[in-house]
Amino acid sequence: MKKYTITALVSNRSGVLTRVSGLFARRGFNIDSLCVCATEDEKLSRMTIVLNGDDYTLAQMTKQMDKLIDVKKITVADEDASIFRELLLIKLAAPAQKRSELLEIKDVYKAKVVDLSPESLVMEITGEPNKLDGFVKVVEPYGILEMARTGVTALARGDKCLNDLTDYNEMI
Amino acid sequence: MKLSGAEILIRCLKEQGIDTVFGYPGGCVLDIYDAIYRDGTLRHILTAHEQGAAHAADGYARATGRTGVVIATSGPGATNLVTGIATAYMDSVPLVAITGNVTVSNLGRDSFQEVDIAGITMPVTKHNYIVKDIKNLAATIREAFYIAGAGRKGPVLIDIPKNIQTETCEFEGADPAPYSPRPVAAEALAAAAEAIRKAKRPVILAGGGCIGSEAAQNLFAFAKKIQAPVCSTLMGLGAYPASDGQFLGMIGMHGSDAAAKTFRRADAVIACGMRFSDRVAGDRVKFHEGKTILQFDIDAAEIDKNVPADLSVMADVNEILKTLLPLLEQADRKEWLKEAAAYKEYEEANTDKSLPAYRILTALHKYVDADTRVATDVGQHQMWAAQYCKFEKPRTFISSGGLGTMGFGMGAAIGACVGSKKRTVLVTGDGSFHMDLNELCTAVSQKLPLVILLMDNNTLGMVRQWQTLFYGKRYSQTTLDRKTDYVKLAEAFGAKGLVIAKEADIAPALREAFACDGPVLVDCKIGIDDKVLPMIPPGKSFDSIITKI
Repeated sequence: MKKYTITALVSNRSGVLTRVSGLFARRGFNIDSLCVCATEDEKLSRMTIVLNGDDYTLAQMTKQMDKLIDVKKITVADEDASIFRELLLIKLAAPAQKRSELLEIKDVYKAKVVDLSPESLVMEITGEPNKLDGFVKVVEPYGILEMARTGVTALARGDKCLNDLTDYNEMI
Repeated sequence: MKLSGAEILIRCLKEQGIDTVFGYPGGCVLDIYDAIYRDGTLRHILTAHEQGAAHAADGYARATGRTGVVIATSGPGATNLVTGIATAYMDSVPLVAITGNVTVSNLGRDSFQEVDIAGITMPVTKHNYIVKDIKNLAATIREAFYIAGAGRKGPVLIDIPKNIQTETCEFEGADPAPYSPRPVAAEALAAAAEAIRKAKRPVILAGGGCIGSEAAQNLFAFAKKIQAPVCSTLMGLGAYPASDGQFLGMIGMHGSDAAAKTFRRADAVIACGMRFSDRVAGDRVKFHEGKTILQFDIDAAEIDKNVPADLSVMADVNEILKTLLPLLEQADRKEWLKEAAAYKEYEEANTDKSLPAYRILTALHKYVDADTRVATDVGQHQMWAAQYCKFEKPRTFISSGGLGTMGFGMGAAIGACVGSKKRTVLVTGDGSFHMDLNELCTAVSQKLPLVILLMDNNTLGMVRQWQTLFYGKRYSQTTLDRKTDYVKLAEAFGAKGLVIAKEADIAPALREAFACDGPVLVDCKIGIDDKVLPMIPPGKSFDSIITKI
């Protein structure tokens, strides 16, 4: 099993997420995360999907997705030539005596404190998923009250754009 | 010009060259039916049930190559289409299904006869739509037809809420967007040509894609040029003329012994428009052992899906064969063809010709021509039809392959008959026929020259065959203790009923059946333990073939 990141431009229409997630469910593709967001073109949304699987599943997933009329462009992000980022919001138990330790960790990880109350604080941190994993591991002993991760989003380095690719439905 | 949504629909159907639609009216398509009535030029075939209409539109499309159209109302009307849509999806049949729905303001409120048919059909359509703004209606219908007929064909559903049918908007006519497959770059085929040249014992597997892409002519030229035997999948029957010496019949679970033997000896497999379904490949791993697999298919996702290909070309099969032909020299594989022909001769000499289904289906040849459409339901009779009827031309064998839909036959035969405008044959079984006999009334109303050969063995024969072979003869729920009198049943519907009870009845019954103007039901009494052979047990390889029990 390996992790792959797939990025796709899809129609910004209702039902598209259902089409994509329905496809994953019926073909048994297991995903770690799915992140949908707006793009520079209001007609398109961008999906970043992290797949946990093998090469066969990766090929089937991208090809089956590419066939969907609403999936316009799709590619597998190149691990070495892409930027991967994820945002984490985490609420930690932070009584006054523990606060300074947490603030030290915050500095090491370049996180930000975005909310502070007498017994807790909320931090925000952005980075590659493994950086976030590391951060979570370090702060875990202090008591995680709750956390929210956005799932990874990715862009290729350089001037190559997803939009420059050819859609399967234009190739047949 | 301002038109209502219902009128726009009719205009758009005509733009696409549609002159025949199948359907069933209801509350949420009243406006569409009113527009059909006022227009007066569309032929509408009213069926007994929406499922029959969906299968009829499918059968029409398979028989003609044109996109079939089916109309149904919201709620149960729409859900009744689902089996028909799924059947068309599995066999890549171009179909546009139009459903009505409650008004947009009532959507999502569990209104009377409201159902999320777009949600329900998402996994079994190429694409589907809910039209919520009349301004998008015409463009949506045009796009739906394009998608249904482009690339790997398939069904598309358009859900049109009632208010969209009655609202008006400006309408401008447009010619249908033509689909022509992309040309294949010759360089891409050079490697395939080289692999074919190198092969000592190549075999061609022709699938439904050869029919969908109208590749029959180029497939024939290809087989002759490379001198390779040709096997067909169930869906490919008719793509290659059965009477040709290089044709070995069907391959797979109930494929011919000659195909299995030839396949085992082959060193290269050229798969044309087929997807290595489990019914063809059996043991997926053993299937490609010791063979070079070349796969030609328009659907990228089919390449390497079931069986890994050593070499593949993703494009329209007809385009591939057309481009490949000039790259190849006339081959000489006489010895290999002779070997395959010997397997075929051996099988021919060793086939049990006493089986009533064999007697009846081979006798059929005298009454049909190469253009006669033969539709089937699903079960033993379907496999016998695939084995014993000789299909010479594409679009003459109309059968539910992928989904294996019992209850497909009557609707499909009606559609095929309407589309081909010729006498059509339906081969069915007593199990399947009880699922779709309601459509006999449609065949009668439409005065269709339909000959129905019902293989009557009082059992669900194919399931029984599996119970015999793999379930210790425990015939759970397969013996049909029914007292249906098929002659009376046919007469009650206004059709003719005949019986074949013994060998001597075959000729006179067929003669009489094929002389009728309207539908005829022939009750063919066959044995409860008649088997479909050869058989390769599910998931097994070609050397596990059973030819005698």
